[in-house]
Amino acid sequence: MSESLIIVDHVSKKFCLDLKLSLWYGMKDMTSEMLGKKNLGHDTLREKEFWAVKDLSFEVKRGECLGLIGKNGAGKSTMLKMLNGLIKPDTGRIEMHGSIGALIELGAGFNPILTGRENIYNNASILGFSRDETNRRLAGIIDFSEISEFIDTPVQYYSSGMRVRLGFSIATQFNPDVLLIDEVLAVGDMGFILKCFNKMDELFPNTAIIFVSHNMPQVSRLCTDLIVMAKGESVWQSHEVSQGISLYYDLFELKPGNFVGSEKATIEAIYLTSRDKDSRTERSLEISHGDELNVHIRIRLDEPISSPRLGLMFYDKEQRNFGEVFNFGDFISIEKAVGCYTFIAHFPEIQMGQGVFSITVAMTESSSYNSKIVFRMQSAISFRVISTHHGWAPMQFTPVWSHVEGGF
Amino acid sequence: MKVTVYIPESSMRSPRKMVREMLVDLGSSLGIARQLTLRDIRSQYRQSVLGILWAFIMPVANSVTWIFLSMSGIVKLASTAIPYPLYALSGTLLWSVFIESLNSPLNQTNAAKSMLSKINFPREAIILSGVYQSLFNGFIKVILIVVVFMIVGIYPGWSILFFPFAFLSLVLTGTAIGLMLTPVGLLYTDIGRFIQVAMQFLMYLTPIVFPIPQSGWGKMLFNLNPLTQLFMVCRDVLSGVATNYLTGFFIVNAVVLLLLFISWIIYRAVMPIIIERMNT
Repeated sequence: MSESLIIVDHVSKKFCLDLKLSLWYGMKDMTSEMLGKKNLGHDTLREKEFWAVKDLSFEVKRGECLGLIGKNGAGKSTMLKMLNGLIKPDTGRIEMHGSIGALIELGAGFNPILTGRENIYNNASILGFSRDETNRRLAGIIDFSEISEFIDTPVQYYSSGMRVRLGFSIATQFNPDVLLIDEVLAVGDMGFILKCFNKMDELFPNTAIIFVSHNMPQVSRLCTDLIVMAKGESVWQSHEVSQGISLYYDLFELKPGNFVGSEKATIEAIYLTSRDKDSRTERSLEISHGDELNVHIRIRLDEPISSPRLGLMFYDKEQRNFGEVFNFGDFISIEKAVGCYTFIAHFPEIQMGQGVFSITVAMTESSSYNSKIVFRMQSAISFRVISTHHGWAPMQFTPVWSHVEGGF
Repeated sequence: MKVTVYIPESSMRSPRKMVREMLVDLGSSLGIARQLTLRDIRSQYRQSVLGILWAFIMPVANSVTWIFLSMSGIVKLASTAIPYPLYALSGTLLWSVFIESLNSPLNQTNAAKSMLSKINFPREAIILSGVYQSLFNGFIKVILIVVVFMIVGIYPGWSILFFPFAFLSLVLTGTAIGLMLTPVGLLYTDIGRFIQVAMQFLMYLTPIVFPIPQSGWGKMLFNLNPLTQLFMVCRDVLSGVATNYLTGFFIVNAVVLLLLFISWIIYRAVMPIIIERMNT
């Protein structure tokens, strides 16, 4: 099974930011559409227009899932609307094979006054089910949504998670050839998201999926291909999903975060070194997987602090805190002291995979009964690890493997 | 397997394909329209105590005003074939049916905005559901008229069999005009306001509360108004009075059907352009 179900060929779409002009262009477009003009002038920009999607081409086959990722306003949702036939492309051609299912804002068209059960019938009919089909699948829909006890309650009393449950259950009850998904799993709880992924795994072999999301774990879980979009254009397109994900994170500049804390102490300076590299001379420090890393921190204590402890917390691009250092006190004791101090934390071998990582620095003060934060600086400094390991996990271990003859 | 192609080209350039798709979509919109109608009718009065009574309160209040004006002699009106209070009541009720069907395409499409911009379903369903609802709400009002007529001893006779056609053409005329104005109305709210003003004016040029003047330019204006034919036939048929407006009625209907078809084509063709610019 290798037919292409979605063929997108040099598709562009323009948008206008100015309301009054946009409405006026709408009038003009309607007129030229009705007159059936041959040259609609869609390929040139008018005043205050921009390309929301520009020259995008791709194909998706059965059993493939293409992820569309990029910043807000990169043109992902516009692309989905064109694929769904809601708006027309301005240039190019879109060919869709088979039935199309779309999970774009689940539960659109739910009437808040009506009960969940009544809304199932409404929503299903808009999605193309006959009444008989809905009757046959009703039990399955209610069962999958896990909200059977609220099914005769008006939908206006549902939580947003419950609405999504119901919407997803209806929309996935029929098996489309093409499935378009736009950021719909954001509000479900963990249990439901897992259930949704299982459902999608079920559909996967017979379906061509397009998945728009900002949730990279979900993207890496589902996608076989990836397009990174920026300002309407495809900046990267490949099967190497994890590479695309790191590129996506590179779209966001990691700025040093806020400094919070008391007036008692502050960070004077922080920099990194690795072999002959120094973050003070390079714009962004790049180190190779397996290299050493030294974190240099200069601290000024303005008031004496009892048992000060310095902690380092490592964050990945997802802002996951995947590693910590809290053994400062085992090495250094600066009891009741003021003035400037420089510390170096030496990591002999960095085990992180490809990507950008940041270090958050925090100082705590301990008394006999509690410990409180003196200061904390989020993402005080960041560095990039260059590696051939493109895995999704932040830590990429390289153990020594050996083959044991004869088993255990 | 079904292949769908989306290209920038105007759908007007392949009319045969367009008409075929229109018919297919009309077919598949029947079930959806039915469901949308059920949805709207069910939810319409669920949050209300007086419920369906609201369908009568406005037109009845309106006709009471006119009955008062006429009885008290403030306004001098020409004589009518049926007693004036019944003339005014049936007129305002039928007029409210017409106005509802006229506003329905724009209102229904506006209400369905969030659905339209997220789900691809036959757009005909929205319009059709509007027609169904106008017919349903109108039917209740007609029952009221017939009951009141019978109470005072006016029986329609066999001509009542013709009433469904007259009633349908009243609703379809409203729908056709409303649908024609909908594409621009969705972009500019001016259209909605314009309809309100224009219809107030038009009401007094149609035999709703005023009978047709006996002579003069007023009479000419009334007779030039195509709605006169529709309303006179509706009322005459309901009250069992022999009508002399049938020829005009059929001409108006032929024009209305043509208008309806053209507005349907426009509505379909411009929908993607509107969804693109619509606030959702």
